[in-house]
Amino acid sequence: MRSAHICIRCIALVAAVVLFCATCPPTRAASKLNIMTATTDLAALAQEIGGDRVEVESIARGYQDPHFVEAKPSFLLKLRRADLLIVVGLELEIGWLPPLITQSTNPKIQVGAPGYFDASRYSKILEIPTGIVTRAEGDVHPLGNPHYWLDPENGLRIAKGIQNKLSEMRPDDASYFAQRYDNFEQRIRQSDDKWLAEMKPYAGRKIVTYHRSWPNFAEHFHIEVVGYVEPRPGIPPSPQHTVALIGLMKREGVKVIAVEPYFDLKTPNSIARETGAKVIVLMPSVGGEKEITDYFKLFDYDIAKLKQAFEETK
Amino acid sequence: MQGPETREFSKTYPLDDAMKRLLSLSACVLFSATAYAQERPLEAETKRTPETSSPTAPSEELRIKTLEEQVRSLAEQVSLLRSELQVLRDAKGAAPQHEGRVLLASSHVEPGMLAVAPSATSSPRSPEPVPAQIAQTQVYGGATSNAKLLNPDISLIGDFIGTAGRNTVSPSRSLELHESEVGLQAIIDPYARADAFLSFGETGVNVEEGYVTFTSLPAGLLLKVGKMRAELGKVNTTHNHALPFIDRPLVTENLVGGEDGIDDAGISLSRFLPAPKNWFFQGTAQVYRGDSSDVFTANRRQDVSVVGHVRLYRDLGESTNIDLGGSYARGHNHAGIGTTFNPENFLSNLYAADATLRWKPLRRSIYHSFLFRTELFWSARDQLSPRNVFETQHAFGLYSSAEYRINRRWTVGGRFDRSGRATNASLTDTGFSGILTYWPSEFSQIRSQYRYGHLWDITNARFTNANEFLFQFLFVMGAHGAHAF
Repeated sequence: MRSAHICIRCIALVAAVVLFCATCPPTRAASKLNIMTATTDLAALAQEIGGDRVEVESIARGYQDPHFVEAKPSFLLKLRRADLLIVVGLELEIGWLPPLITQSTNPKIQVGAPGYFDASRYSKILEIPTGIVTRAEGDVHPLGNPHYWLDPENGLRIAKGIQNKLSEMRPDDASYFAQRYDNFEQRIRQSDDKWLAEMKPYAGRKIVTYHRSWPNFAEHFHIEVVGYVEPRPGIPPSPQHTVALIGLMKREGVKVIAVEPYFDLKTPNSIARETGAKVIVLMPSVGGEKEITDYFKLFDYDIAKLKQAFEETK
Repeated sequence: MQGPETREFSKTYPLDDAMKRLLSLSACVLFSATAYAQERPLEAETKRTPETSSPTAPSEELRIKTLEEQVRSLAEQVSLLRSELQVLRDAKGAAPQHEGRVLLASSHVEPGMLAVAPSATSSPRSPEPVPAQIAQTQVYGGATSNAKLLNPDISLIGDFIGTAGRNTVSPSRSLELHESEVGLQAIIDPYARADAFLSFGETGVNVEEGYVTFTSLPAGLLLKVGKMRAELGKVNTTHNHALPFIDRPLVTENLVGGEDGIDDAGISLSRFLPAPKNWFFQGTAQVYRGDSSDVFTANRRQDVSVVGHVRLYRDLGESTNIDLGGSYARGHNHAGIGTTFNPENFLSNLYAADATLRWKPLRRSIYHSFLFRTELFWSARDQLSPRNVFETQHAFGLYSSAEYRINRRWTVGGRFDRSGRATNASLTDTGFSGILTYWPSEFSQIRSQYRYGHLWDITNARFTNANEFLFQFLFVMGAHGAHAF
C-alpha cells in the first residue's frame, strides 16, 4: 500500500517535471541562423552564401558513406535548434534522416516546412531510371543519382537556391547574401575554367569507379565511367563480376580505378594487379581529407588526383 | 529473488483518485498542446502578411529585387531548357530506341510543389521563387505516376523461421512463416505523420503498431497516439525483424509478455530534458489501456497502465557511444479474477534498466561494427500463493548480448540469458545463444542460431535441457522506413 503511494508520487513528480520543462521558454539562439545539413558539401555551400550570418554544421562527415549514417540522438540535440535543414534528397538519406526529423521535435525543419530545403530540387539530376525499377538492380535510387553535387554547375544552382532561402528567412540580410552569392559565382566560374582546362587533355579518358558516385562529375569534366567495382549499387563485389570487369577494362584500355574513401581497397587492388591499372581514392565530399576544407578544394583535390593518375598510366 | 511478502487489503487505497487526477491533467495538456500546434502556423502566416505587403520603401525595393532575381533565374532556366532540348533532339536522332519509355522521374515532384509552382509565378512573396526544376525537363510520363504520389510508403517484411533439435518446454514448429509485417507509413499533414505495422502471423492478423506522431507541438514535445510498443527498455520496442537474434531473450518470455511484449493502445508524450553539454537526456511518459499479453489486464476502465522511460546518451568519440535507459511500468494483472479477493488490488510493477555500448568506425561503417547490450528487468507481481494468501512475487531477469560485424556480409553474435518466472521467482531459466548472420544485400538476411536452454518444465515439474538449431530468412519488399536508433 505504501509503495503504491510512492509510485503515484513518483509518477506525479515525473509528470510535473515534464510539464515544468514544457513551460520553460525555449533558449533563444543568437541572431545567427542555425543551419544543419545532411552532408558536408551542402554545409560548405551554405557557408559560402551565409558567411558570418550563419552557423553551419553537417550531420555526415566527409569520409563517411552518406547512405549509411547512424541516426544518433546526439544529432537530435543539434537538429532541435536548427532554423534550416538542407538535405541531399533523392532518397539518399532515407535510411537515417526521417526518424531524426520526426524525433527532433522541431516544427521548423519538418518535411515541407519553410526550414526544410531539398537541394536536389535545384540541381540537374542524372541517371533517373527508366522503365520498371526493381531492387534486382541493387539499391537503386528511383528518383535519380543523388551524388549530383559533384558538378560545379550544380553547386552554383544549389548556392542560388540557398541564397533565395536565406534571403527569405532573413530579409534584412538579403543584400549581404546576394553579394556573397555573386562573389561565389565569380570564383566558381574562374575555378571551373581552370579545372576544365586542366582536365581538357584527358577528355574522353575511361575510368572505373567503385560506386555510382560520379556521373555528374564525369559529365562535367568529360571523362567516361565504363564500369563499377560493385556489380549493382549497394551490392558488394562478386567474383564473377570482378572477372567480367577485368575483361572489360582490358578491352577498353581502362587504367584508372577511382574508389570512395569508405570502401575497402582489397578488390580494387586485385583488379588493378590484373589489369595494370592504378587505384586512386577520390573524395566525393568536402572534409574527406583534412585539407579539403571547402567546395573549391574538393575539386582541386579530385582533379589533381585524376590528373596524376592519368599521367602515370598514359 | 526475495521471499514473497503477504499483505492485507481492508480498504481500497486512493490509487484511483490520484490516477484520475493525473489522467485528466495530462489530457488537458495534450488537448491544449495539439490545438496550439495547429493554430500556430496560421498565426505565423498572418504575422508575415502585413510585413511583406506594407508599402514601405525598403520592402518595395526588396520585392523588385526578388522579381529581378526571378527573372534572372527564369532566363537561366530558359537557356538551360533550350540547351537540353537541343541535346535531347540530338540524342533522339542518334538513338530512337529510347522512345516510348516510361519515366519514374515524376515522383521527384513533391506533393506540396504542385500547389506551390503555379502561385510562385503570380505572387512575389512565394517562399521558393521557382526553383530550377531542371530534372523536370527530363520528365516524359508525368501524369500517370503523379496519381500515386500520395500513397503511403508500403513495405512487407517476411520472416521465415525453421527450428530443429529438442525443446520440450516451449516447442516451436519445424517450419513456419513466422510473421509477415506490412508497414504503411506516411506524412499525414503538416503537423503529423503516421506509421502502421500489421503483423500477419500463423494464427491471425494483429495490429502490431499503429500510431500518429505529432511533430509540430510547442515546447519540444513529441506526442504519439495509437497502439504502440511501450518504451520499456530496448527489446520491447523492437520489431521481430529488427532483432539482433532470431528469438527474443528469455527474460522477455518470462517477465515482459513474450513476443508481443507490452504493446497496447495508449498515449505517449516525450521531451528532451535539460542535461549537461553533449549529453542527450529524454523523458517519456505513457498511458495505456492496460491490456498487454499476460502482463497487464484491465478489469475496469480505470485500470490503465502507465510507463515511464528516461534515456541518457553520449558520444564517446565519433565511432563510440553509450546509451543508458531506465524504465518503469505499472498496471493491473489478472491474478485476482475469479477469486474471493478484489481483482483491483492485484498489480504488476516492472522496473528495467538498459545499457548499450556501440562502436562503428565512420570510414568503414559498412564493414565493421560492434554492439554490446545488457538489459535488466525486475518484476513485482501481486498474486495468490498456492495456499491462497495474497503475496507479491519478486522476479528478476537479464540478458547480455554482443554483436560484431566481421565484414560487409557477415555478422556474429552471442547472448546470455537468465530469468526467473513472473509467477514463481524461484524457478530461474538459463540459456545462451550464438548467431551467424549473412547479408546478401541490405534487403535480406539469412541467419542461423544455436540456442541452449536450462528450462523449467511445468508438466513434469523439473528442469530440462533444450538444444536447438534455428534458421531464419528475412526479406524486405518496398520502402520500409528507417527505425529509430
